[in-house]
Amino acid sequence: MKRFFIALTFFASLILIWHLLVKTGIWSPVLLPGPGAVGEYLGVALQDGSLLSASWVTIKRLLAGYLIGCLIGLPLGLMTARSQTLNDTLGVLALGLQTLPSVCWVPLALIWFGQSESAMLFVVIMGTLWSVLISVDNGVRNLPPIYTRAALTMGSSGFHTLRHVILPASMPYVISGMKQGWAFAWRSLMAAEIYVTLLTGYGLGHLLHFGRELNAMDQVAAVMIVIVVIGLLADKVLFSPWERFLHRRWGLNG
Amino acid sequence: MQDELNTPPAKLHIDGVSKSFTSKRGKVPALESATLTVDEGEFVCLVGPSGCGKSTLLNLVAGLEAPDTGSVMMDGKRVTGPGSQRMVMFQEHALFPWLDVLGNVIFGLKLKPGLNDKERVEVAHYYLKLVGLERVMRASIHELSGGMRQRVALARALAPNPRVLLMDEPFAALDAMTREQLYADIQRINQARQRTVLFVTHNVREAVCLGNRVILFSPNPGRIREQFVVDLPRPRDINDPALAGLAGEITRALKGHTRVQSAE
Repeated sequence: MKRFFIALTFFASLILIWHLLVKTGIWSPVLLPGPGAVGEYLGVALQDGSLLSASWVTIKRLLAGYLIGCLIGLPLGLMTARSQTLNDTLGVLALGLQTLPSVCWVPLALIWFGQSESAMLFVVIMGTLWSVLISVDNGVRNLPPIYTRAALTMGSSGFHTLRHVILPASMPYVISGMKQGWAFAWRSLMAAEIYVTLLTGYGLGHLLHFGRELNAMDQVAAVMIVIVVIGLLADKVLFSPWERFLHRRWGLNG
Repeated sequence: MQDELNTPPAKLHIDGVSKSFTSKRGKVPALESATLTVDEGEFVCLVGPSGCGKSTLLNLVAGLEAPDTGSVMMDGKRVTGPGSQRMVMFQEHALFPWLDVLGNVIFGLKLKPGLNDKERVEVAHYYLKLVGLERVMRASIHELSGGMRQRVALARALAPNPRVLLMDEPFAALDAMTREQLYADIQRINQARQRTVLFVTHNVREAVCLGNRVILFSPNPGRIREQFVVDLPRPRDINDPALAGLAGEITRALKGHTRVQSAE
């Protein structure tokens, strides 16, 4: 409770300082409108549904691409960790592509898929896939060999070892990789939405882009806040339970 | 359940077994023509300095490695791979951190056919009680002390009711007090549920305290040198003067072998 009040005070004073900076004219309201104006936009946009529908469009794209990226990345990471040949080929490719900022996939996606949902999906998958692959690979590779040896002596082998020993044992790495993949996917989707206007649905990135074109700074600031809040919520909902589990079992500070 | 607790211990026959490993500097012989017979229910300790091949022999019996020459037989059948008839207890506890204490003990039981979930839990409870840990069944591994972890590892190794128990310096990383408690526990447990045990250690007193027989190894390459039968009454106390006397005798023999070896 005490921690909650400290956080509350912190954010309240942040908004107060922002308000004062605009009120006293130190910041021009054209460059940055005050919290009142931004709040007003949020209220209107929430009521006419544009903000919610944009958030929903964005989250749908993100979840679909992220899920596919994880589903591909997880088995590939397991494979590269266990096969030298795959590691020398696919592993190196993944390492290279992971260093590529995922927004760099946008031009290619546009040429391949046109201005379509597929292009969005592709960019998000590329953002997720490589970092998930690499963390799973890392996790499996850094497994203490004693776990598999112990499992072997208890009669475990093959798929059973993979499912009941290797996967759970590499969980700390897998979770942190999936978290990183999520961050990359989120970033790349925002970049793609700002960059590409899709008629099939306006996401948060589009709202941000239109705000800039209309010089509506209240909209820009409000949408940025929404993006931050969604990111925070996702972290709490998707990853916190896992991290608590890791902390309880491994005694790690996840 | 009753049936589960009543499989007889096995007889081991190790015949002319050699094993070498390939390193960067070429082939390193780890064990050279080792021959050893272990009777049903016998507790045999393998003692020697590092690099004498005692752990290699244990891994060969476990089926984790295959011998270059010779054979390892259990009840007349050749050992070709690991199996739950021969359970291993490692120096590091090798418990799974993603499972709680009970989950770790049940892991091996799940791989045993012919048991339902209820029976598995019952068996796990029985062994956790045997090692005195029934109260921490739901604890995570990282919350336990080193001694408690090795007790869980012991319960996990005993639970699938193996016919042979292989212990690779299981108490080496523990403090003296905890070790002494575990010596008493091991003797008590083995009296109740007799199994064939191979126990690797470099602590001669530990070997004399636990074993019916102590086998001496010498290094470079690993060879079996000599053996001592220990017929002190049980339960044995590691601080017993008679035990210390025999341990002294064995230590002198061990030093002799190592010195002869290094002079060669």
